[in-house]
Amino acid sequence: MDKRKNSKNKLTLLVLLASCALLYLADSYLSSFQIRILNLAAIYAILALSMNLVLGFTGMFSLGHSGFMCVGAYTAAILTMSPASKELIYYMEPIIPALANIEWPIFPAIIAAGLLSALFGVLVGIPALRLRDDYLAIATLGFAEIIRIVVTNTVSITNGSLGLKNIPSINNIWVYWGCAILTLIVIKRVINSSWGYAFRAIRDNEIAAEAMGISLFKHKLISFTIGAFFAGVAGALMGFLITSVDPTMFRFLFTFQILLIVVLGGMGSLTGTVISSLVITIMMEVLRVVEQPLNILGLAIPGLSGMRMVIFSILLLLVILYYRQGLMGTREFNWDWVLDRFKVGKSGERGETA
Amino acid sequence: MSLDVFLQNIANSITLGSLYALIAIGYTMVYGILRLINFAHADLLMVAAYIAFYGILLFTLPWWLAFAIAIGLTTLLGIGIERAAYRPLRNAPRISVLISAIGVSFLLENLGIVAIGARPKSFPRPEALVWNLHFGNISFLSLTILIPVVTIILLLLVTFMVKKTKIGMAMRAVSRDFETSSLMAVNVDKVITATFAVGSSLAAVGGIMWSMQYPQIDPLMGVFPGIKCFIAAVMGGIGSIPGAMLGGFVLGFCEVFLVGLFPAASGYRDAFAFVILILILLFRPGGILGENVVEKV
Repeated sequence: MDKRKNSKNKLTLLVLLASCALLYLADSYLSSFQIRILNLAAIYAILALSMNLVLGFTGMFSLGHSGFMCVGAYTAAILTMSPASKELIYYMEPIIPALANIEWPIFPAIIAAGLLSALFGVLVGIPALRLRDDYLAIATLGFAEIIRIVVTNTVSITNGSLGLKNIPSINNIWVYWGCAILTLIVIKRVINSSWGYAFRAIRDNEIAAEAMGISLFKHKLISFTIGAFFAGVAGALMGFLITSVDPTMFRFLFTFQILLIVVLGGMGSLTGTVISSLVITIMMEVLRVVEQPLNILGLAIPGLSGMRMVIFSILLLLVILYYRQGLMGTREFNWDWVLDRFKVGKSGERGETA
Repeated sequence: MSLDVFLQNIANSITLGSLYALIAIGYTMVYGILRLINFAHADLLMVAAYIAFYGILLFTLPWWLAFAIAIGLTTLLGIGIERAAYRPLRNAPRISVLISAIGVSFLLENLGIVAIGARPKSFPRPEALVWNLHFGNISFLSLTILIPVVTIILLLLVTFMVKKTKIGMAMRAVSRDFETSSLMAVNVDKVITATFAVGSSLAAVGGIMWSMQYPQIDPLMGVFPGIKCFIAAVMGGIGSIPGAMLGGFVLGFCEVFLVGLFPAASGYRDAFAFVILILILLFRPGGILGENVVEKV
């Protein structure tokens, strides 16, 4: 057994090193546009992982992700923008003095964005998590919408519907993928902890879980808050990637895209989520072609904006109707499986996720 | 607030409330039977409005024919959505059906954007239906009277159907207990189809009247009315038809008077409905008229 565990640790380390090498290669050989897409994929991966924790592992259908992202994005943006550009941008109403002269470095701002978003998660979760299924969905959707409307209306803090511009830009692939890998590790740890077992018990049968002595409310709130934290982090990164935020970015459409990634990858599989974030983000870019005017065999097709979302909606429907488990179901990439293939060590107990 | 303004607000809130009530019924009927928030219901408003729009402007049909065709096609679409996207998932977890509903809703909205374009269009108001009325110092459109009247007639019809007809009785049976009613020789599929037909045709009427009252239509026009009508249904007690009517009127009144009494809060108008929803869910999850049901093992 020890030998097996040893080789698993080595393999994990190897994969980490390999992904670092891949990132290094990507950083040096890909064009800046391609790197931007990869960075976007990292953000989507963080979002989808956190939604999967809530939806796939705890079985709570929360549609509030865009709201938490909104909180994170605004927090990080306001904390890191230079006082000069704040003065320039807030011309409708000056920013409140307490925030006018703050200029934080990037990383504390990302953490602060996550923490504030987690605080919102607690505040939203305490009332909302008493609800279940579709009521929870519509209530969290409502909360996200309330957050967005409040952000639009508190002009002296958020600059209202004009949004924020000149957010410090980060083009470093290591920041985005570093955060994504950290998210993956943290969420995997959570899932394999006793909390994680409680989450899955709640997902599979709330009443049975409660009878086994699991505090439903406490564990739901923990899962929800962790989800909100990472959504906030992703929001902050989104701001740094595109250097501007405005309230219309965080509409329900955004939550829909993340939902699509989670469903496609398999609700309850982290591996699937990471793969499908990459696939969907790249597809979103590749499919831009269909929104451009085309010329096929002399037949001129005008550019159809919105066509990508039609394709994605159909994709979501097909997956949910005919292939409900998605890409990976609840399975994970698993070292045991690999080791068995190569007949290393004895076969240990299954079910442990790698 | 002067008396004139007060009366004007009353008139506005009755109109808005009747529209909410009409659309909320579709939500409440579907939820009562399938326990599903039919997200696509909201987009049926949009579909009906556009069919009527193109019927009148492109095919130069008389308004009544265009409206009839719009209602008919929207009803068929509603039935089709149930067949294609909900029926295959009848035994699936509720979350899957909900995701499917969200998928259908997004599909319709984006098909609308692709086919018609996102730019708002102005809906033609048939002169036979819309004219100005003056009443002392307040002036209002004939729609202010027409919409509540149509709504009340339709509500009475639906109530009659549910209470007195055989299919209505079957609907009530299915909403109470799926399995037992199918054992009692109720054709569950047929009942569900009928429910979707009634709900969708009410949504179509609601959509057409909505676009006459607020004559700016675009592919996303259904989203907010849709969510608010669902909220109205929850307020009144989901599954209950009188509840949906009550919820619709209450929500209409609250919204109009919130803006009327506190003009500074008008930016928060759309958030208000959600605040009500959350308060209702927390303190009286059964709604005003509903009963609280505890889920058993």
